[in-house]
Amino acid sequence: MKPHDHSHDRSFDDGPASEYEIMSRAMQELLIERGVITAEEVRNRMEQFDADFPYRGPRVIAHAWTDRAFKARLLADGKRACAEFGIDLEADRLIAVENTPELHNVIVCTLCSCYPRALLGMPPTWYKSENYRRRVVREPRAVLAEFGTRLPEQVAVRVHDSNADMRYVVVPMRPAGTEGWSEDQLARIITRDSLVGVTLPKI
Amino acid sequence: MSLPSAYTEAPVRRFNVGDRVAVKRSYPPGHRRTPHYIRGKRGVIERVCGAFANPEELAYGFDGEPKRVLYRVRFRQGEVWRDYAGPERDTLELEVYEHWLEPA
Repeated sequence: MKPHDHSHDRSFDDGPASEYEIMSRAMQELLIERGVITAEEVRNRMEQFDADFPYRGPRVIAHAWTDRAFKARLLADGKRACAEFGIDLEADRLIAVENTPELHNVIVCTLCSCYPRALLGMPPTWYKSENYRRRVVREPRAVLAEFGTRLPEQVAVRVHDSNADMRYVVVPMRPAGTEGWSEDQLARIITRDSLVGVTLPKI
Repeated sequence: MSLPSAYTEAPVRRFNVGDRVAVKRSYPPGHRRTPHYIRGKRGVIERVCGAFANPEELAYGFDGEPKRVLYRVRFRQGEVWRDYAGPERDTLELEVYEHWLEPA
């Protein structure tokens, strides 16, 4: 097989590959080499995962930015508010946490890689990396700075470890200068990383 | 629109929002959802998430009954990490099952 027809996105994980990662890659390479599966089938399966878990978070957050009552319902019960908006989170119970001028929220799962897939799709590689999971709980400000997010001391940082049955999404602050924007326009500046809390939406 | 709440009710429970609690300092083998770093630390109940099948039983193919009450607990980062470098106001929250909590 060609040496580079799969990705090695380890940009936020400076440790060596885990035993399971190596075994999984070796297994995939062997299966492809022996003609049991093709690289294209693997890619298709990954695309199927993306289709199964569409990325719908920005629509929900843009609506929360424009409809104060909806935002209150989202913060009270994320799953119910999403259902009202036509998004079935299935098994996921969602806790939406709001950024304010005094508080910044950031989400992690230290035990594995729990992520609000029904709302945000498949998690990015860095979210699953040991580096992020280990460090963001104990030095969140340093990790945020590495994402380009430097918060003043007077803004409290709250880390949410998504370690059991609930899933989390950050409701970022709506940037100044977006007054009068439509929900579609707003949704375009709401990035995935801002919904995990490692960046802030920018115009 | 009046869908039922997504939270599973937990009318019978040991703690309420605002209660001060400590996570048990215990290291049993097996599948646990209480990360090591939080064991022995003291925090405050932030919300009652509801009652959920016990993952420590589910992990081994049991039905997870009886369900366990799950709490969101808030900790000061300075309590969690002795050498925490950030401001005093920084906090950390995670989910802890009732059988891992004691009054503090």
